[in-house]
Amino acid sequence: MSEFILKARDLNKFYTQRSGRFGFGTTQVKALDNVSLELRHASTLAVVGESGSGKSTLARCLLQLQPLDGGSVFFQGRDLADLPASELRRQRRHLQMIFQDPFASLNPRMKVGDIVEEGLLIHGLGNKDERFEKALKMLKRVGLAESDMNKYPHEFSGGQRQRIGIARALVLEPIVVVCDEPVSALDVSIQAQILLLLKELQREMSLSYVFISHDLRVVRHIADEIAVMHQGKIVETGSIQAVYESPKQQYTQNLLKAIPGQKRHVA
Amino acid sequence: MAELLKIEELTICPANSTSRMLVSNVSFSIEPGKTTCVVGESGSGKSLTALSVMGLLSKQLVRTNGRVLFQGKDLADLSAEEMRKVRGRQIGMIFQEPMTSLNPVLTIGFQIGEPLTVHLGLKGDALKAKVAALLEQVGIPAHRANSYPDELSGGQRQRVMIAMSIACEPLMLIADEPTTALDVTVQAQILSLLDNLKTSMNMGMLLITHDFGVVADVADDVVVMFRGEVVEAGPVSQVLSKPKHPYTKALLDCVPDAEGKKPLKPIDYAWLNNEQVPA
Repeated sequence: MSEFILKARDLNKFYTQRSGRFGFGTTQVKALDNVSLELRHASTLAVVGESGSGKSTLARCLLQLQPLDGGSVFFQGRDLADLPASELRRQRRHLQMIFQDPFASLNPRMKVGDIVEEGLLIHGLGNKDERFEKALKMLKRVGLAESDMNKYPHEFSGGQRQRIGIARALVLEPIVVVCDEPVSALDVSIQAQILLLLKELQREMSLSYVFISHDLRVVRHIADEIAVMHQGKIVETGSIQAVYESPKQQYTQNLLKAIPGQKRHVA
Repeated sequence: MAELLKIEELTICPANSTSRMLVSNVSFSIEPGKTTCVVGESGSGKSLTALSVMGLLSKQLVRTNGRVLFQGKDLADLSAEEMRKVRGRQIGMIFQEPMTSLNPVLTIGFQIGEPLTVHLGLKGDALKAKVAALLEQVGIPAHRANSYPDELSGGQRQRVMIAMSIACEPLMLIADEPTTALDVTVQAQILSLLDNLKTSMNMGMLLITHDFGVVADVADDVVVMFRGEVVEAGPVSQVLSKPKHPYTKALLDCVPDAEGKKPLKPIDYAWLNNEQVPA
């Protein structure tokens, strides 16, 4: 196996927008414009950019949750687009996602235990007792209790819901996890907890993360490599240290300059 | 120094259970031309404090104790009509969500002009000229006055909100998380715009935020709130570099720094509960 677990080659994605008078005309928006990236095994690649830069589209396209208009995604050397539907579904077990909004991404009518177990059920992993045990172990690992399994998502705080989202993704023992702004809806104190939890789990389960974020301070703490997106293109990539210390592109420099808290030093 | 706004022992409770204090004994003051930042996590009572200054608390909440003095006058003594004259005229407010706080069916020019008509009686060409000047002041081309909110980006909408709130040249501006929904580069622009306006109009500013980076950039004074109480207050340099209260220290420890050198440390709430909290 190569050291790159996930590779994207020349991804293209267009959205068609109605425009002009009464919307009779159409214009194409390039959400992804020849995007290529490589994710190393057991490391974190951060994708940063402002809203509208295409980072969430990239997240969804990497996991084949949205059809591409061009390019291909290789997971463990295999082109995901070439896989038959049933095989793609099997591979999905190894490709999981953690979503931004812990309030919208959990089914309000399902108990937490069922939410976490559902993936195991769909992929036919283990019998009833084994699934329960696995889900329980995962929930405990992310800091929830056995009694929480019979509760509904609305009974939890934002940070706890994000923990449930993490448990749901990781109970399948995935290889690649795409985290789409996993901490941007959380308070700083909760944010620190979740970031540390993600880091610990990465070590324990040797996970590879694609970490989508707009917060350059958070990215600096969690990522090994970084890709900066602007208007659907990746304008700069490199190791965290290289990009933060000597950004080459003007756009990256502007982003770094805009990080608050640089006029005075925060303790 | 004469305070512009003085909050004394403010206590807010739900109307149906006055023993549960959502904001308790909060006191601080704001001087003209200075920015006071209130920081805290969600649920710490920072927004409630701001809303009660404006007299905008929901009916389910009551102020059980304390006073809010604006230029030495207790705002609670004012009638509803007098309070309406303070709101928007003398104290402006900017809300967090630029997407939901503008009326989608009215042009931004109309919405910026509304307080001018209501409070100052401006009409016709004078009104148009003032709206154009305000738009230019916040960095939007004047011809956009006929645009609707959905035609603007998030940053532009927040600029419109700022234009509305400073239209009547208030003495004080309350900004409740004005940049939370915005991108970093836009955030930096909005913060420096607010800072410039504060200086040029000598406004007192109450800025609510949860971001210590923002605090470090714009604050003169900082008030740290935790579970409805003020745990620490003081000049920004002192609070950020020599925090006295364990909660302030803990909160600062979980902010990721731009250099990435400091390890993240989540708040240990159990430890905080046991800690003997210095008053």
